[in-house]
Amino acid sequence: MPLRLLKFAVSKDHPAPRFFKSHEAPKKSYDVVIIGGGGHGLAAAYYLAKDHGITNVAVLEKGYIGGGNTGRNTTIVRSNYLTPEGVNFYDASVKIYEGLSEELDLNLFYSTRGHFTLAHTESAMRTMRWRAEVNKHVGVESRVVGPDEIAKACPQLDLSCSGQAPILGALFHAPGSVARHDGVAWGYARGADRLGAEIHQNTEVLAIDVKNGKVCGVKTNKGYIETKQVLCAVAGFTPRITEMVDLETPIVIHPLQACVTEPMKPWLDTILVSGSLHVYVSQSSRGELVMGSSLDPYEVHSTRSTLDFVEGLTSHMLDMFPFLSNVKVVRQWAGMADMTPDFAPIMGKTPIEGFYIDAGWGTWGFKATPISGKTMAQTIANDSAPDLIHSFRLSRFEDYELTGEKGAASVGH
Amino acid sequence: MKLLTCPMNGTRPLSEFIFGGEYREGPDQNTCTDAEWAAFVHNRSGAPGDKKEWWYHSPSGTWFIAERNTLTDKVSRTYLLGANNNNSNTAQEASK
Ligand SMILES: Cc1cc2nc3c(=O)[nH]c(=O)nc-3n(C[C@H](O)[C@H](O)[C@H](O)COP(=O)(O)OP(=O)(O)OC[C@H]3O[C@@H](n4cnc5c(N)ncnc54)[C@H](O)[C@@H]3O)c2cc1C
Repeated sequence: MPLRLLKFAVSKDHPAPRFFKSHEAPKKSYDVVIIGGGGHGLAAAYYLAKDHGITNVAVLEKGYIGGGNTGRNTTIVRSNYLTPEGVNFYDASVKIYEGLSEELDLNLFYSTRGHFTLAHTESAMRTMRWRAEVNKHVGVESRVVGPDEIAKACPQLDLSCSGQAPILGALFHAPGSVARHDGVAWGYARGADRLGAEIHQNTEVLAIDVKNGKVCGVKTNKGYIETKQVLCAVAGFTPRITEMVDLETPIVIHPLQACVTEPMKPWLDTILVSGSLHVYVSQSSRGELVMGSSLDPYEVHSTRSTLDFVEGLTSHMLDMFPFLSNVKVVRQWAGMADMTPDFAPIMGKTPIEGFYIDAGWGTWGFKATPISGKTMAQTIANDSAPDLIHSFRLSRFEDYELTGEKGAASVGH
Repeated sequence: MKLLTCPMNGTRPLSEFIFGGEYREGPDQNTCTDAEWAAFVHNRSGAPGDKKEWWYHSPSGTWFIAERNTLTDKVSRTYLLGANNNNSNTAQEASK
């Protein structure tokens, strides 16, 4: 390292820039307490300050920010969902993402690649046509394409999938993108901090104080905090928090695993998903293939990884790309996915006054980070959920008005 | 958990089993309210802990109950529903 550069390391005049201030301890009270410093919680803090001028806000994170599912996902952003409500909602998120690097003044490596959902069976083709029509109707660019167009976009793909599951066509979704997931958390954290919100890491919520059906505070490992409004944005930890306030939900936790290969020269431009082969894959800006598969088949509250997962995934990857047989998998990990029965999130108000929920993000919530932050901020500021998230309310289960998005899940779960 | 003990077939690799969800007693359909029924249909006890669960040994078509901690993923007992619990596979055997 050149000496000229090294001297900055010892000089006090040039402190390393921090993304957000660290605070000794939380204050005695806040207008709003957000549980969970993932993308969703941090985005909510940012939009509370920016859109509503509410800045007396604390984000409490038991570990470090972005250390939950936000920093563990395969970063796919898309809006080719199945219900008009879902397509509208995720499309609003994609639109914010497109300008988010500018807005947060941080390069999120947001890269629009085009997204192919491969169909290997006639019934899968039928779902693709259905999704394409709903998407077009709402104004989202998706269409059904044949094998020729897939081969043109990805000549390396074996269209017969080693003869196992020949590809009949695909749903092509032009806006499909990938981004740097931890950057999203850090960008929102800096934005929220600059506008006055406080971020407290290593601060765990242990209990929630509810009196006469109203939230009045939270107990943490750093003391008691008074507040009338609490946002629960803890993804895989949601059932533990809702249990604190005796709120029943349909959420169950299953691990979702992912892995990456060693870096390669860029060769895969698009994002490819195969429901039948349980694979989704894209190439990161570092050159690694980022790969994921379906949910682990049973409930566990753990982020352990398994050999079964890599074996299953890589054998299907080789069906699609036989030439990868010498490539090494270098890392694997897991997150805890908060699954709902209809594969739609649970957002908005709850029967407990002042307790707001942003959960049920399962395997699909990274793409929703901006819009869920924005709509949850709106819900908290007005104590009323905007129309955009009406179909995601917790009471839909009581009303038997589920928002069936399973057909738009990336891989057959 | 990589192995599971089927009460009929003994300890087998987990890949032979299918998870059937939590064992739950439903409310009486004839007397419960709509809200109680909706809660039974949709809601789950999602928090981690000791759970009584349905599991299925697929090669032999056997449904049985496993008592498992969903945080540690340790199975303490497996038995056929309604079977005399003294014959169940206890912790030592199930965790082999
Ligand atoms: C392997 C994998 C791949 C995925 N791929 C995609 C994808 O390609 N596209 C997509 O859109 N989505 C994807 N997802 C889903 C997505 O990652 C999540 O839905 C999303 O990141 C959830 O963000 P969040 O901010 O709500 O939660 P998280 O990022 O999990 O943040 C919650 C935070 O709450 C904290 N917390 C928990 N309990 C407490 C407490 N008591 N007190 C204080 N803090 C607490 C946790 O430490 C955590 O940091 C994937 C998920 C996984 C696991």
